[in-house]
Amino acid sequence: MSTSSNDTRALLDVRDVSKSFGVVQVLRSVSLQVTRGEVVTVIGPSGSGKTTLLRCVNFLESYDSGSIRIDGKEVGFRDPGTRQRRSERDLAAMRAETGMVFQSFNLFPHLTAAGNIMLGLRKVRGKSEAEARSIAEHWLGRVGLAHKADSLPAELSGGQQQRVGIARAVAMEPKILLLDEITSALDPELVGEVLAVVRSLAEDGMTMLMVTHEMAFARDASSRIVFMADGGVSAVGPPKEILAAETTNERLRTFLARFRASHF
Amino acid sequence: MLTQIAYALPFLAQGFALTLWVSLLVVVLSLIAGVLLGVGLVYGPVPLRWAVRIFSDTIRGIPILVLMFFVYYGVPAIGLHLPSFWAAVLALTLFKTAQVIEYLRGAVGSIPKGQSEAAMAIGLTFRQRLAYVIFPQAFRRFLPPWINGVTDAVKGSALVSLLGITDLMQAINQVIGRTYEAMPLYILGALIYFAVNYALSLASRRLERRFSFIRE
Repeated sequence: MSTSSNDTRALLDVRDVSKSFGVVQVLRSVSLQVTRGEVVTVIGPSGSGKTTLLRCVNFLESYDSGSIRIDGKEVGFRDPGTRQRRSERDLAAMRAETGMVFQSFNLFPHLTAAGNIMLGLRKVRGKSEAEARSIAEHWLGRVGLAHKADSLPAELSGGQQQRVGIARAVAMEPKILLLDEITSALDPELVGEVLAVVRSLAEDGMTMLMVTHEMAFARDASSRIVFMADGGVSAVGPPKEILAAETTNERLRTFLARFRASHF
Repeated sequence: MLTQIAYALPFLAQGFALTLWVSLLVVVLSLIAGVLLGVGLVYGPVPLRWAVRIFSDTIRGIPILVLMFFVYYGVPAIGLHLPSFWAAVLALTLFKTAQVIEYLRGAVGSIPKGQSEAAMAIGLTFRQRLAYVIFPQAFRRFLPPWINGVTDAVKGSALVSLLGITDLMQAINQVIGRTYEAMPLYILGALIYFAVNYALSLASRRLERRFSFIRE
């Protein structure tokens, strides 16, 4: 009941979540906890359910059974027992508590960099124009784009767009940041600038759940790594343990070997 | 001959005013109904989607003249008697609504799914997503076919003359009936319709340029 026990309680608590697309089961009883300030990375072969899991956390996808709680509150359903879907307004409010950065950036092309960040601040957080603008400028500064506030997305490089995408998500002060393969669509020389931003957010204590193929980054930046295979969690542990070449987990060893062969 | 036409001008102007009034009503009403039903078609629950799909396909499959006669002569059979003016407006609006539904579906459908998802992810409600993210982007794609549809509505409004409503077309026919000057009057009529529609397409081109910010 004390605050200290509150702090160690999982901020994100995924329990026995399963989901099927038609006959294909993409998530098999997945359980996963992320505590405040933790950076948890999900790795695994494509089709292993990593992205689906991430999308369930902010209910961009629904799930068939199980429970996902953020800060003790069930995400998509009013009550896990009845599985009655939350109202549109409730869902929107819940989603505002999680930030998401997408593989394909998904910036709003009709709004400037600052405008992209300000939209949620104005319409969801109810901030004034001036206040939203100053928050947007603060975050653009943090991601090294103070001078691009009034540029449209089409005028920015991929790396710059993704940094705006990150700023748009964190400016809402989410409880947890979800990063979905955010460097996969970038030219190799632009990956570093985006990862540097993520690293600095991690140092600030931002709680993150990310899916990535950047193994070196996962090793350096994560508190824990989750290895998913065939829709289930196959291994969880500290980076050193999971990425060790001598792991006894057969699936993981195959994945890492294939990964090393193609990336090094 | 010219004096006869000049004498008829106030009468033609009245007809022209009615043509504009019918067109305006049809354009505004079909825009409202078409956008609402179009949103229903794209985002609604399955039964609503089906209902809108059937409505749109049926209406677009019927000649507009048949639709108009049906509303005016056919519908009274079930006890609904509309004055000819409103029967004509209703028929033209139904027809135009079906088109607006399709323009909206096409325009909204061209926006990548990621836009909706990004808007959801920052916590915007459905209406906010439409208002601030989807519609501003879809507008540029919606505009050209819609303006085309508006000019069609102005031209198509000439059909109301067949229900005995004195629009520009009917006024011209009546003046010809008195003066037997068919050629100059039809040319005059054509010029008036053309002037309206040409002005519309100029305005549309301007608007499109103002909304050309989106990368293709």
